Amino acid sequence: VNARRIALAAAALAALGIAGCGGGGSGGVAKLNYYTFPEPSGSFATAAANCSKASGGRYTITISSLPSDSDSQRTQLVRRLAAKDSAIDLIGMDVNWTAEFAQAGWVRPWSGSQATQVTNGVLPGPIATATWNGRLYGAPLNSNTQLLWYRKDLVPNPPQTWTQMIQDAIKLAKQGKPHYIEEQGRQYEGYTVWFNSLVDSAGGQILNGPSKVALGPAAKQAAGVIHDLATSAAADPSLSNDQEDQGRLAFESGTAAFEINYPFVYPSAQKDVPKIAKVMGYAAYPQMNAGTPARVTIGGINLGVSAYSTHPAAAFEAATCMAQRQYQLINAVKGGLPPVLASLYNDPAVAKAYPFHQLIKQQLSTYGIRPKTPAYSDVSLAIQKTLSPPSGIDPSTAVSQLTSQIKSALSSGALL
Amino acid sequence: VSTGAVTADTTGTAAAPPKRRARVTDRAKAERRLAYWLIAPSVIVMLLVTAYPIIDAFVLSLQRADLRFPNANKFIGFSNYGHVLSSSLWWSDVFHTLFITVVTVAIELVLGMLLALAMHRAIFVRGAIRAIGLIPYGIVTVVAAFAWRYAWESDSGWIPHLLGLHSDPLASTSGSYIAVIIAEVWKTTPFMALLLLGGLALVPDEIHEAARVDGATTWQRFWRITIPLMKPAILVALLFRTLDGLRIFDTVYIFNAGAHGTETVSILGFNQLLNRLNLGLGSAVSVLIFLMVAIIAFLFIKGFGAAAPGAGD
Repeated sequence: VNARRIALAAAALAALGIAGCGGGGSGGVAKLNYYTFPEPSGSFATAAANCSKASGGRYTITISSLPSDSDSQRTQLVRRLAAKDSAIDLIGMDVNWTAEFAQAGWVRPWSGSQATQVTNGVLPGPIATATWNGRLYGAPLNSNTQLLWYRKDLVPNPPQTWTQMIQDAIKLAKQGKPHYIEEQGRQYEGYTVWFNSLVDSAGGQILNGPSKVALGPAAKQAAGVIHDLATSAAADPSLSNDQEDQGRLAFESGTAAFEINYPFVYPSAQKDVPKIAKVMGYAAYPQMNAGTPARVTIGGINLGVSAYSTHPAAAFEAATCMAQRQYQLINAVKGGLPPVLASLYNDPAVAKAYPFHQLIKQQLSTYGIRPKTPAYSDVSLAIQKTLSPPSGIDPSTAVSQLTSQIKSALSSGALL
Repeated sequence: VSTGAVTADTTGTAAAPPKRRARVTDRAKAERRLAYWLIAPSVIVMLLVTAYPIIDAFVLSLQRADLRFPNANKFIGFSNYGHVLSSSLWWSDVFHTLFITVVTVAIELVLGMLLALAMHRAIFVRGAIRAIGLIPYGIVTVVAAFAWRYAWESDSGWIPHLLGLHSDPLASTSGSYIAVIIAEVWKTTPFMALLLLGGLALVPDEIHEAARVDGATTWQRFWRITIPLMKPAILVALLFRTLDGLRIFDTVYIFNAGAHGTETVSILGFNQLLNRLNLGLGSAVSVLIFLMVAIIAFLFIKGFGAAAPGAGD
């Protein structure tokens, strides 16, 4: 019996080995593997199927879902790309991976007419996220930006600045009304995004070039705002554990008066709690200095072609097809992903799906982006850990701590 | 089964008969040769799946190695170890890890013993009780960690609701440690109980009966008979759980990724290896964790006389 079991196990292992090596191209149809986040609405699948059909047999696209959070997506991709895995052709790249993937030589640069085609009419922010050292490394597919969501029944006029929002929340707390401000304060990449948006909005930046720490007074102001929020009545008690979804749930449960989050929270509230949705208002991301529009860190996906793909020509063609206007429209209306083409914001279908479309377009044009460096992941880790928990920030020493930690992050010889 | 045979068995190595160094017959030689052939495949597999990664990690730890900048890789001797050992982060993470390990293993030993006694003494549905007791251990650690995290969540979790808390327990250091320790204890007490149950099964009833006739109380019988006879099983259980505990990752990572001063050495290694892709520094951390585990195993075996797994045979 044992011998038979061993033989069976060996056979199973061999079969796995063979399956693992499969997927090579055989002359005719290029089989493209497209790795991207698990897109729930099926709009990516529609684009993949339609483009495969339209290629007239030149390629077929198979979508493989990555894990749901960005950090785990990257972990899987970098492991496989560093091992030169040829089973990956197309990558739905999070905007913060561009410099790293490009510098390591894991994705191919776009050039010629295809580069022109995928950037034509695209808002400048998304193009900036797909560019490294003056070259384009991804076809901008969708963007994203956080807005201020607030309770119209509690706050007649939305606050313009962070200071005002915190004061409004404290006032509501004193009246015994729902008053929390929902933000992303957990030790993860989303917390870096909050800090980056505040530094950018205050007129500063985290890095000056790929390897020089900037920070300065804007960073001090940003750290001060996070500290003030976290130590006031405005803070949700679980701020230091909150990600986007905890914020959404808290707002829907009615304990929050304000929420900084991506537009997905709007349809969600309408579906989950119509009572809250009815009093859910939206406004521009709060400013750091009254009168200066915020520069909100933008998110989104750029389509990259793996350097180890055995069908690069077909992959570029497929990416160009899936980033077309018609598919961006489906992604926007069905999938809730804000498009990167400026003209789509005047499309009636987009206007209907996003009552706040002009606000998004405006924030995408006064955009901020994450520090552009191949070591972004290291820098982000340094920021999260130094500023965690939010209530423990000492604004007077935060900048010097951040400076030394980010310097460590940029060198390969320091533990983080 | 005679009492004498059983006690000799339980005391394991200590009571092993002196080895005979007499002449080795041809038959014994042949048998020995056959034995080497028989274990050869598993030894080769073990070398491939354990020795190779360990050596590879050690070699990497002597280099500046970053997956993103393969051209900048170079041999730098032991300076990665210098960076790790001179970092206060490493030492505070070692302290966090040891704290969690010592507290969880201590609690698990007590609860595991109670559970083992219950499983051992159960008269009705013994099989069912043993199976139910083992369920937490059968759940994937990450899944269990998520279940506990949701249970502790301040808006929707049942624990803050039950305790009437208005703050978030996971937003403080003490709360985070309590939550992590409870989740770990819940998860691995059954494993501890299973190992101890094996020890309990070896304590012969005859000795207990004799002691009872002599007027020993239950308490006395537990401390004077059960515990001494179970000592090898207890030490093996403690050893296994200590080594496990030192490598704790999943629960802490899922709860708050090491925020609020709960970062452990495994999370530190993960951050260097998989977040920063700094293979040199990360491998140095891994090798140091390996050494820490090896030293503790050595102390257990030499210091307390725990039998190495399989050494009693």
